[in-house]
Order: sequence, then C-alpha cells, then structure tokens
Amino acid sequence: MESITFQLLRDYSAVGFGANRAFSYRFTRKSNQTRVSFPKLIRTSSGFKSCSATLSLMVEVEEKPKFDADKTALLVKEVRKSFNSGKTRSYEWRVSQLKSIEKMVEEKEMEITEALHKDLSKPAFEAFISEISQVKSSCKLALKELSSWMIPEKVKTSLTTYPSSAEIVSEPLGVVLVISTWNFPFLLSLDPVIGAISAGNAVVLKPSEIAPATSLLLSNLVQEYLDNSAIRVVEGAVDETTALLAQKWDKILYTGSARVARIVMAAAAKHLTPVILELGGKCPAVVDSNIDLQVAVRRIIAGKWACNNGQACIGVDYIITTNAFAPKLIHSLRHELEQFFGKDPMKSKDISRIVSSSHFARLVKLLDEENVSDKVVFGGQRDENQLKIAPTILLDVPEDSQIMQEEIFGPLMPIHTVEKLEDSFEVINSKQKPLAAYLFTNDELLKKDFVQNISSGGMLINDTVVHVATEGLPFGGVGESGMGSYHGKFSFDAFSHKKAVLYRSFAGDASIRYPPYSPEKQRLLKALISGNIISIILALIGWSRD
Amino acid sequence: MESVGDLERDLEGMREYYSQGKTKEASWRKSQLKGLLTLLKEKEEDIFKALKQDLGKHHVEAFRDEAILPKIAVLSTAEIVPEPLGLVLIFSSWNYPFGLSLEPLIGAIAAGNTVVLKLSELAPACASLLANTIPNFVDNKAVKVFQGGPTVAEQLLQQKWDKIFFTGSARTGRLVLSAAAKHLTPVTLELGGKCPAVVDSLSSSFDRKAAVKRIVVGKYGACAGQACIAIDYILAERKNISTLVEMMKVIIKEMFGGNPIESHSIARIINKQHFLRLKNLLEDPNVKASIVYGGSLDEDHLFIEPTILVDPPLEAAIMTEEIFGPLLPIISLEKIEDSIQFLNSRPKPLAIYCFTKNKSLERRMISETSSGGVVFNDAIIQYAADSLPFGGVGESGVGRYHGKFSFDTFSHEKAITRRSFLTDFWFRYPPWNAHKWQLLECAYNSDYLGLLLVILGLKKPRRGSYQPAYSH
Repeated sequence: MESITFQLLRDYSAVGFGANRAFSYRFTRKSNQTRVSFPKLIRTSSGFKSCSATLSLMVEVEEKPKFDADKTALLVKEVRKSFNSGKTRSYEWRVSQLKSIEKMVEEKEMEITEALHKDLSKPAFEAFISEISQVKSSCKLALKELSSWMIPEKVKTSLTTYPSSAEIVSEPLGVVLVISTWNFPFLLSLDPVIGAISAGNAVVLKPSEIAPATSLLLSNLVQEYLDNSAIRVVEGAVDETTALLAQKWDKILYTGSARVARIVMAAAAKHLTPVILELGGKCPAVVDSNIDLQVAVRRIIAGKWACNNGQACIGVDYIITTNAFAPKLIHSLRHELEQFFGKDPMKSKDISRIVSSSHFARLVKLLDEENVSDKVVFGGQRDENQLKIAPTILLDVPEDSQIMQEEIFGPLMPIHTVEKLEDSFEVINSKQKPLAAYLFTNDELLKKDFVQNISSGGMLINDTVVHVATEGLPFGGVGESGMGSYHGKFSFDAFSHKKAVLYRSFAGDASIRYPPYSPEKQRLLKALISGNIISIILALIGWSRD
Repeated sequence: MESVGDLERDLEGMREYYSQGKTKEASWRKSQLKGLLTLLKEKEEDIFKALKQDLGKHHVEAFRDEAILPKIAVLSTAEIVPEPLGLVLIFSSWNYPFGLSLEPLIGAIAAGNTVVLKLSELAPACASLLANTIPNFVDNKAVKVFQGGPTVAEQLLQQKWDKIFFTGSARTGRLVLSAAAKHLTPVTLELGGKCPAVVDSLSSSFDRKAAVKRIVVGKYGACAGQACIAIDYILAERKNISTLVEMMKVIIKEMFGGNPIESHSIARIINKQHFLRLKNLLEDPNVKASIVYGGSLDEDHLFIEPTILVDPPLEAAIMTEEIFGPLLPIISLEKIEDSIQFLNSRPKPLAIYCFTKNKSLERRMISETSSGGVVFNDAIIQYAADSLPFGGVGESGVGRYHGKFSFDTFSHEKAITRRSFLTDFWFRYPPWNAHKWQLLECAYNSDYLGLLLVILGLKKPRRGSYQPAYSH
C-alpha cells in the first residue's frame, strides 16, 4: 500500500533582482521518490546583461530523478576505475586539466559573474577580486610549480640506518570528494579541485544547492572543459550529499559549518577517510588607537561589508576596542561606509544581498533580540523582499546575547569595548578558536603578545581578509574553525600521500641487529644510538663504561 | 579508575594550567624532555624486566627497538608560527609499550601541549611501571598517565581533546575517529596492515644471505611478528621459493637455536586471546597442509615457534587478516612483477618491503603501489630513520610522526601576515567603476606598466571584457 506525503519546501532563494521564488514540492512514496519543482517565471532586472541560456534553464520545469545510493556508488566506481588506470597520475594529464580550467575561467568569465550575481547579487567587482582572479592565480601557480612539487624530496639519513638513502615521494590519494559552499561558490569549489588535480587524484565535486545558478554552471562547465572520466560534479542537497558520504573516499575536503562538519567527519570515520574541514568562527578585529584610522576603517569595511556582505568565513565578525576610542572609530566607520555605499546603502549595487530568506530571518532575529536592538548605533534597515540588510553597527551588546555567541555571517557588526586593549585577549580566548584574527596597531609589543596568546587558523596584522591570498601561507582553521589546510603548495600536499622511501644496500650488514643477542651487542647498539664516536670505538674494541 | 566527575575535574585543571602558558615556554619543554631521558636511563633495568614479563622480550631486542632519540626543533618563521594545540590524548599499544608511549609523548611535550597518556592494559607490567615512574620525572600538572582497559578508553573518548593520537587496530581506529568527530578533534591513527616482503631473485649469495637475515629478523625478531611494521607475508617467484625456504631454516636455527623457546630471543604471544587467534589461523586444513617449517604451539607458555607456510589459500584468514604473529606465508608468483597487481588489489599496508637490485622493479614499486612507506632491501629499520615520516595511508592510518613530524603533528601551524598602513590601493574599495576595474585587473595581473598607463589615462579598456553598466 503506497502512501504519499507532501512536504512543502518553500525555498526563498531570490534569483536575480525582484521577488522571484521557487517552490519545490516533494512527493514521497514508499516505492519511489520524485521531486518536481515549479519555478515562477523569472524576471531579470533591466540593468543587467542577461544571457538567454541562463534564462531558459530557470524557466524549465524539471523532473529531476532522485539521486539514489546505487547511482552514486556506480559513479564512484567509474571514477575509481579511471584513477586505477593510472591516467590522472601523469604530469601531462594534470597540466592539461589545469590548463583547461584556466581556459574555462577566461572564456566564461561573463557567465560566472552572472551566476554569482544571480545567487548572491554579488557585485561584479567582488566576483572578480574574490573569486575569479583567485581561481586564475591558483591555476597559474600550480602550472608553474607542479613539476617541482612532484619531485621527491631527498632527506638526510642518520647513523642508525647507515648506509642508506631516503626520500619522500608525493603520490595521489586516489578518489577525493570536495564539498563546497554557497558564499564563494565558484572559488570554494574550484580551488580545492585544482589542488586535487595537481596532486594527481580523480575528484568528485558537490557544489552547494543554496547557490543553484553557480552549481548548475559548474556542472555544465566541468562537463564541457574537463576529463569527465576522472572529474565529475554531483549537484543536489541533503540526499545527494548523504549518498556521497556513504561511499568510500580517499580524502574529503569540506567547506561549511561546524555542525555539518561533524556529520561529514563521522561518515568519513567509517572508512578511515582523512578529512580537511574549512569552517569558520567569530573572527575578531582588535583595534588600537595609535593607527592610521582611515586606512584601518576602510580595510575593516572591505573585510566585512565588501566581502559578500559579511557572509564569509574570514569576514570580520566583531570589533574589540577601548572605551575611549570607540566613539572615534564609530564616527570613522560611518563616514567611510557612506563613501563606499552612498547615503542609502540599501540602494547600492556594490553590496551583496543575504543569500536566502532563512538566513535573512536568522539575522533579523539576532538584531531584534531584547537588549540588542537598542544598541544599534548605525544602520539596522532591512528589506525582506529584496533580502537586504543595511550595514549595521551595534555598541556593547550583552556578552550572552546570540549575536555575541554564534557566528554572525551577515552585515551586523557588534563593537565590544574594554578598558585597555590587553583585555581583548580574554574576550577572544573565552570563545572558540576562530578561523582568523585581526589586529590593528602600531605597537610592536601588542603585536607580539597577540601572536603568542591568541590561537586562530591564521592572523593578519593591520589588514583584513587578504592573508588568504598570500602565497606561501596555508589556509585552514584549528579547533572549531577546522582542521587541515590548503592553498598553493599546501593544496598539493593536502591531496597527496607523502610516502617515505628508504633505500638500503646489502653491504654494511651489522650483525649486532641479529640474534643470538649478547651483552657486547647491546653495548655497541647503545653506543651507536647515542651517536657518540668515543663510545662506539670503545664498544667495538670491547671496552665500555657499563 | 576515577569517576567521570573526577576525570573532568582533572582535565579542567590541566586546561587551566595550559592556559597559564607554562607549557609553551621552551625551558619547560626542555626540562620535561630531559626528565624523560633521565627516566629511560635510570629505569633501564626495570624497563627490561617489565618487557620480559609482559612479552618475553629479550632486552637487546627491547633496547634496539624501544630506545628513543628525541630530536626536536622549534621552528618559527616570520610567517608560519607553530603553536601547541592544547590538551592532547595519546593511546599507546602493547607491543612496544615504551616506544609507542614515549615517542608520541615526547612529540606532544616538545610542541608545548598538556598530555594525557592512556597505556595498554594488555602489557600490565609495563603499564604499571610507566604509570608509577613518569609522574616522578615530569610535571604532573601537565602530564597524566592512565592505565586500564576499554572502559577507561571510552570514558576518555567522551571528553573533548585538541588532538588524539592513537596506535592500534583499524577496527578501534574507526571508533576513535567517530568519537573525535563529535568534537571536531583532529586525529593521527597509526594502524597496521599486511606488510609484504617482495623478494626478487638476487644473484649474489652475499646479498641473498643478508636479505634472508633481514627477513627473518623482520618477522620473528620483531616482537615475534606482533608489530605493525613486521613482515606479514612474502611474495616470491615460484622458482626461488625452495632455496628461500632452505636458507630461512638455516638462519632461523642460527639465530634462535634448535629449540627457539629456550633461546629467550623471541617474544611470546601477548595473551591467550591472541594465541588462540593465531592457533585458529592454522586450523584450516589447507593452511595446515601448507606449513613447511615450525608450526608447534605451546599454550602454557603462550609460545609459537617460527613457522613458514608456502601457498596457503588466498581466501583463508591467514591471508586476508593481519597476522600479527610468527607465522610467515610465502606466496608464489610466476614473475616478480605480478606482485604489483597483487598488492594493488589489497588494502594499503603500512610498509612495503622489496628485496631487489632491479632498478626498474624499484621504480615500478614506488610509482605503482601505495603504502605508508617503502623500504628496499631491509625491513623494520625505517622506524629508526628520524628524517622520514612514519605513518600509514588508507586502512593503514591517518597522519604521521617521528622526528620533526612528531612536533608538527602536535602543533597548529598558524599563518601570520603583516601589512603596513602605507600603500593602500584605493581601488580595492567600493563604489566601483570601470576605471577602478581596469586598475584592479592590472594589479591582479602584476601588470605594473599597465597600472601606470591606466593612471595616466593612456590605456584603453581590454576589448570584450565584461563591464557592468554602472551609473557612476
């Protein structure tokens, strides 16, 4: 007897400007499942160069078949077969794929920018700075350095293994899974994929369904430009991710929330799969008074509202400054915010919107909490239809309020004041370790103390956010903000197994290793291990201190 | 064993102590490591006694395998600063109870952490010795030692740790990783696997003898085969097997005498449970029939003599599970290159040993198989190579340690960038327009000439580039 249950899932992800909503109804029958979505007709805004291809895909009524576990297992099997054939290991293959990604980003820049605008109202500039150019430089670096990264690293050997030579060989792990997120959906999908490919793996990418235009674009572009026998995109939501996580992977890189990260790691545990978790946290900015205020404030704004409107794992979450300095800081923030976004920021095209109505509701709840709403000193405007919230500053909200406890991920900036700046350390250390910590000061001692006493994924002195573009630095968290790291060569390393290889010759076979054991052998062993040449000689000639 | 309440109070105390910053000081770390070295020196005799009691290990084997060389380097560049993780948990194992406790402990302390060490209950004399002596040689507020079995382990796993380091079986490794997932705790798992020795034809008799000695010691001389990196089984060409077996018999007699149990040079099996497990491996009639040497078991003394088998069935447990005992199957191949496919159709082991002088086989072994590590023409010895990372891949483990890698494994590498207030690119900031766009493009392409031209108004926008229609 079949039973049908309806689940009305109202997805308020606005696409483009204007109130366009997609409803999906999920019919669940005991025997099979179909998901049917009825999107409304999409109007694209007038000031936007629209692409007919993307318009038509939105209007299509799709009947997507349920992506079930069997299909997923089959996909993984195919990809694994490709990996086992050895094709992804060759330098030529890796270079060809990296070059194709480069070409793809060059040729499809317009489509990518549009998709990001559809999903997030992301300004073209932000799309360029934070996503497209990052992917390009990631590719460029990998192409330039790959041959040297692939060379085994020779290491010194010690007396204990003499005679021998040793090296560390980087080899691909196999088939890896990259689970991406919605705020920088293009970058955070392709950057790990670039790392996986440069290390010689086959890779399956699962983009976020909360950024559907980018997800679909990625799926199409990967199909068009890359080797589908070894690189695949699986679109979808919870069901698809669950089915993917049930498979055995050689590594998983997950970007997202700490809550889901626990689910990913638990699934990985069943297969002893190592994971990289790129999470977030409350990234603080500590602001001293003896600084170039205008530059500092601009950089803070760049690291909050001009960075996907605060929806970034490394975005400035809250500010700590002294009681004395706060008024000056707030004054400067207000001034610069107006310079950046105009008198009415709700009308500015240079700022992203909130990604979805559920996130919008979450942020409004943080703002309207009792004892919080009266601490707003700037901003606070909101428009539910457009999913916009103006840049908002709050002063000294209660420490136990939600906005000070959880990661904000939006355009609300609490300022927490302290007597003296050193007190900020206690505030920061009372919370979970964040992905990034920022300090604005010219005081060398304060910088030193900050580095010594604050633990975070990464740190940046006198700027925000840009440290992730610094070549040669790993990008990753610690504690609740994540584990593992990538970027640049660290991406190559993240997706490699570093195999230890020791070459021994048959000559120089020390009988002291072998039974029958004797006190003389022990003396010699002891001497050898201590590395002390006198003891060795003494032991060899039969004298010893023991 | 303490109650959970006591445990949590203890851990709270340790976290408090850590937050005071003591363990970060270089002087503190040095004093702790000196303390451990002193422990090893002063308690050497007691250590040998305990190992003899738990495992029947000969003290030279014990010394050879469990003497530790701490080498630490506190690295700090201007950009990557290693910092301790906080409070870490180390699970040790029973087969090298001193080495597998102290080596990770040294790494954790060198990195500035506070540490809880959980010893294996299967080696009780060793656990008791360590639990009673370590507190006398190190800072008790920062290092705590626990004895006990699975219940204690479970209780410890419920708590939140900044890192867990585990040495043991893959089955338990999964449980540890699942528990760690609840707290997003990073984990290093040192597991095992079936470490094969691929034995090629060797033309020189000197080489052959050296190889066989190393193989024999790499099996029976490594805690009687109860080691994660012991040789589990051999792969060799059919035509070489009888010579190989004959040579092994000779060497076994040379090393362990006519009656091995009397030589006191081979460890015994750790306990009844493992003894019966090994006995069971030999029960299968087809397996029993493949025994060509040894095979006698002494249940009272938990002793199994060095045993060689030739071509037991591949589906039998002895060829599908990690043996962890003194039973050495030899599997025959048509040609030695077939070993590569053989290995690739099985889980990745912790080590692959390859005895050969054929450079082409060497290259293929490295590039076409995967394992924690590879050793050519020897076995076990990679454990002593401090400059090489020691760890597995796939079923054989996650993460690595030894030497500097121990320090790294217990550290967080914090990335620091410093910027000055000078040189602030105004075109980073909104409101954006076509002009800023051009500047940004040049800056991002490191096109300084282009940048200059744009500023001077001498450069036209790139044709075909996407320019949003902005009203500014």
